[in-house]
Amino acid sequence: MPEGERTVALVTGASRGIGSATCLALARTGLAVAVGYRSDPEGAEETVAKARADGGTAIAVSIDVRDEVSVDGAFGRVEAELGRVRVLVNNAGYTRDGLAVKYATEQWDATVETNLTGAFLCTRRALPGMLKARWGRIVNVASAAALRGNAGQAAYSASKAGLVGLTKSLAREVGGRGITVNAVCPGFVHTRMTEPQSEESRQRYLEMTPAGRFGTPEEVASVIACLAGPEAGYVNGAVVSVDGGLTA
Amino acid sequence: MDMPELESKVCKILAENLSVPESQVTPKARFQEDLDADSLDLVEAVLALEEEFGVTIPEEEMEGVQTVGQAVQLVASKMGVGA
Repeated sequence: MPEGERTVALVTGASRGIGSATCLALARTGLAVAVGYRSDPEGAEETVAKARADGGTAIAVSIDVRDEVSVDGAFGRVEAELGRVRVLVNNAGYTRDGLAVKYATEQWDATVETNLTGAFLCTRRALPGMLKARWGRIVNVASAAALRGNAGQAAYSASKAGLVGLTKSLAREVGGRGITVNAVCPGFVHTRMTEPQSEESRQRYLEMTPAGRFGTPEEVASVIACLAGPEAGYVNGAVVSVDGGLTA
Repeated sequence: MDMPELESKVCKILAENLSVPESQVTPKARFQEDLDADSLDLVEAVLALEEEFGVTIPEEEMEGVQTVGQAVQLVASKMGVGA
């Protein structure tokens, strides 16, 4: 980490769930955190308030990761108010389950745009500053669905598997510059994204998860914070499962 | 800014970014062969030039650039500086 400089993190999709928990975990390690949100400004403000109550520095930033102009504007605001982004957590995600045979093209596009293209756009915007600093941490929040197929999640799992490929290629591109790019693959975690899952589907996941319970956003956040920290400099291109053993 | 001034500024930035002595950064110097620069080194140098001169150099225009002289020309064309 550059000496004497406050490290700034941007987390996308951070008004709730894993993104919100990640902001709090990063703020507790002393980072200034930009809480990226698209549709839920109240949730983002709540995250900011919690981080501040903990003694941390945080601001809420509107960012639609699918939109280059929005991404550029959000980074500009973070740079103006906190400084250049040294830690990027691509967490914004979207899912709408449905069998591929009847899956609408628009849903496919929406899923890939948010989960994969969005991570690319944010990363591309963040990299020049990280290259210049010769330091950076990018953590992509993928999914256990990237590693094992899920009926009804063709688009989601394809986009998350794409995110793993993006992670590995980027790790090779910028690994020589003090920048690491890693992915975490959460299993079934209690968040708003998993709420619509049927009781039957939850039960099925539970049976497949050796831990015998679902994960919490905090359990994923602590792994992300570790990968984002100064001591994880030799972890690059890794795909870390945080799934209670689901993909073991 | 005139051409000699621009050239000297560009060379200075390239030398800094590629970590080579300024004396090696001559118009005829080839990035890959003479200055030992890989593709990411070049992108970084271009980012530094963009920042310094407030220009945007698209990726497709970087492709043909093999020598320092060509890089100077490219920046000059973006800035409207004539020879």
